Amino acid sequence: MNSPRTIVGQNVRKVEGVKLVTGGPAFTDDIQLPGLLCGKILPSPYAHARIKRIDTTKARALPGVHAVLTYKDVPRVPHTTAGQAWPEPSPYDTYLLDSKVRFVGDRVAAVAAESRAIAEKALRLIEVEYDVLPAVLEIEQAMAPGVAIIHDEPDSTGIHDASRNIAGYILREIGNVDEGFRESDRIFEREYRTQRQQHCSLEPHIAISWLDGDGRLVIRTSTQVPFHSRRQVAMILQIPVSRIHVIKPRMGGGFGGKQEMLLEDICGALALAARRPVKIEYTREEEFYMARTRHPQILRMKMGVKRDGTILASQLTVLATTGAYGSHSTTVQGNTGSKVLPLYRAEHMRFECHVVYTNTPVAGAFRGYGCPQGFFAQECLVDEIAHELGVDPVEFHRRNVIRLGDIDRLSAQLGEGKAGLPRVIRSCSLPECLDRGAAAIGWTSKRKALPAAGHLKRGVGMACTMQGSGIAGIDWASAFLKMNEDGAFFLQVGAADVGGGADTVLAQIAAETLGVSLDKIVITSGDTDTTPFDVGAYASSTTIISGGAVKKAAEKVREQVLRMAAKMLDTPVENLTCGDNRVSTVGKSATMTQIALHAMYKEKTQIMDGASHFNTDSPPPFCATFAEVEVDTQTGKVRVLHMATAVDPGVAINPAQAEGQVEGAVAQGLGYALTEELLLDDAGRPLNANFLDYKIFGAKDMPKLTTILVETDEPLGPYGAKSISEVPINGPAPAIANAIFHAIGVRFRKLPIRPEDVLRALREKETAADDQSL
Amino acid sequence: MKTMEVRLHVNGEPKQWTIAPGDLLLDVLRREGYFGVKRGCEAGECGACTVLLNGQPINSCLKFAAQAEGADVLTIEGLAHGDTLDPLQEAFLDHGAVQCGFCTPAMILNAKALLDRKPHPSEEEVREALAGTFCRCTGFRKPVEAVLAAARGSAR
Repeated sequence: MNSPRTIVGQNVRKVEGVKLVTGGPAFTDDIQLPGLLCGKILPSPYAHARIKRIDTTKARALPGVHAVLTYKDVPRVPHTTAGQAWPEPSPYDTYLLDSKVRFVGDRVAAVAAESRAIAEKALRLIEVEYDVLPAVLEIEQAMAPGVAIIHDEPDSTGIHDASRNIAGYILREIGNVDEGFRESDRIFEREYRTQRQQHCSLEPHIAISWLDGDGRLVIRTSTQVPFHSRRQVAMILQIPVSRIHVIKPRMGGGFGGKQEMLLEDICGALALAARRPVKIEYTREEEFYMARTRHPQILRMKMGVKRDGTILASQLTVLATTGAYGSHSTTVQGNTGSKVLPLYRAEHMRFECHVVYTNTPVAGAFRGYGCPQGFFAQECLVDEIAHELGVDPVEFHRRNVIRLGDIDRLSAQLGEGKAGLPRVIRSCSLPECLDRGAAAIGWTSKRKALPAAGHLKRGVGMACTMQGSGIAGIDWASAFLKMNEDGAFFLQVGAADVGGGADTVLAQIAAETLGVSLDKIVITSGDTDTTPFDVGAYASSTTIISGGAVKKAAEKVREQVLRMAAKMLDTPVENLTCGDNRVSTVGKSATMTQIALHAMYKEKTQIMDGASHFNTDSPPPFCATFAEVEVDTQTGKVRVLHMATAVDPGVAINPAQAEGQVEGAVAQGLGYALTEELLLDDAGRPLNANFLDYKIFGAKDMPKLTTILVETDEPLGPYGAKSISEVPINGPAPAIANAIFHAIGVRFRKLPIRPEDVLRALREKETAADDQSL
Repeated sequence: MKTMEVRLHVNGEPKQWTIAPGDLLLDVLRREGYFGVKRGCEAGECGACTVLLNGQPINSCLKFAAQAEGADVLTIEGLAHGDTLDPLQEAFLDHGAVQCGFCTPAMILNAKALLDRKPHPSEEEVREALAGTFCRCTGFRKPVEAVLAAARGSAR
């Protein structure tokens, strides 16, 4: 039954749209609670220290202070803050509060007081004597003999080798790379470096916690992982899961930074201690260094190719730091191999990675999840290889990229913290993405254009990338639907709309399946009391996994609706179809309202059902990113003129929202390429924890954006959908670096590419040319 | 704690509030239930707390509430007329310009101040007007298109 789709594929308005454009209460902080206290955390001023003595007497005595907590007051439960499915593949190396601090910004104590001013004063009254330890700040220092051991506590578990500061280690190989390199005509090897990027959600991390009338702990929080947070808080505070109620209101952006149980535990602990509602909200400065960042990496990429440009072997060796705690440490880095190398059909692949602790801000999940780093290395090297071989980069990609029907065998070796499942490519429009992206940027003519005279040099560059759609065999979701008297349906999902529009997409899938208009779907999401389980919003999973659950649940409910209508209309179910808010057969129909009233008051039946869903494969979305830049050789400034991004998301359930995902990812990718880096001084203190000194792209900085959706029909996705939120962030950095090379003939292998780097490189190039001419 | 009275108009309604001299306009507006005014940085950098003060967009985190004495303040809550949305609000919805929605009120208010002053702005002028509002979700193409569409009087 392939009836034309009426809602899937349409640019419907966002389901919460009116509330958002009119300023209605939507977000965590948009609530007023009587007696609400302000919670504040005392951050460590040292990168590495033991707390020798801590005295809270004066703070506790301050009028208006209702709770002061140090490590002495709370249970010591090793855990990870990574919002991942149980058992989390991240080490259990974190404590609610500890007698040791491991980065500038680590928790020393927490207070709850009647105002922010009192809370801040109370923090100043806490007397702490530190035994300052040598700090490990540089990633290359971390494993050296004799350096300080960051996790020397005996009770942490899951650390690969604490004595050498190694949080995680990965080694995977398919084929035999040594043999592959022997068979190669040319071998290329380069080192790349990536930086500490911060998510910069406009809404900082925030949690509000209180005890309800039954003494259950309520946590209202901006989280991508309501159910994981509930489970983790229960473990840390040692209360049953069912005594906790996590509410996720609307999220003001997350980008992975909220795939983390970050404030929920300490906020809950303060509420329990104070017996009053407590709110903790990070300031922007705290958000920069006390939340999470992207993992900085040093990558060594090696590729062996035949003379005709066929890639035979690729090897990626990574040294990454997870900061002071191992949140998402092996899983982010695993992706750097498993989702990057298989873009090419090389027979031999090897990925090795050490993830080390340093006394620096904690890295975690961040849109792209390890792929932006890996693709920066791989796509820059591939551009270099194509250049050396005299092959056009687009053509080079066409020859080597993964194709429909291929099996990605590396994924089978490298899953979420354990062996994974092989990926079969069942949908792929990458060749068309290449063609259409190239056409949009004017590739052919601009590649051939002669260099301009004067100091403004233009160039075009490109990159190909992929991602996943949910974690195969691990991510799962559920959905529940019930019908109301008016013929509308309540849709309850555990999924967490990060802001990209998941609630709208899920409502569209339900409406399409039930044959009703979108206003007949009332969605509730991410509430652990009233919605069924969902792992949460990460790994580009919500559309395909949660959407799969919604489609299944809606199909079951549609069956019930049809059976009810069959009785009413005295017609076999097979003759009936849902559509246009009614069930119809030739010559007669019943409206959804009539069916609902009949079911409830004649048949005494609630039409309702739920379903769970997971996939054993993670269909990759594909992306071709093209950049045009103008480099000012007098100032070193790189101006991006145009970004053209062609993406294969499967079917776009809401194309306008899908385009928005692409464009937001490109904006973050531009910052990653050119401006964004959280800097630390030589004592590990943040230098630019504000929006003036940490530059994200604004309305006037953005180049022209061209977004092209090259849809395919993915058999494993609801209505053919895959995913789109992450993949477009991978391409901008390498595409821009390659465009800069095209413009000025200099390769940049370290991010961000700052004007001073460009200027220095141009001077070095001039000096080298002068030396040669002497 | 010392207190004082401040009298002002918010969204056309006269208000008299008891405040502390050091209270920020941002905090007082949120305390009074104007949740469309967002706290993003408290340093005048992100623009999420934008309101129009006598028609001019300002960061309410950089103003003391006391400085609004006698002023007309417009927040996003005052833009629609009953159930009838402002053309800018309609355009933001129709053009997919709202993602998480956290900075949306600020973008719309900045755009309104622009259109009140200049009903038919260029794309450059729209980008200039939105430059004080950070958005981490949209990449700005759709918000800019929405403002231009509202200016053309066509909500798609």
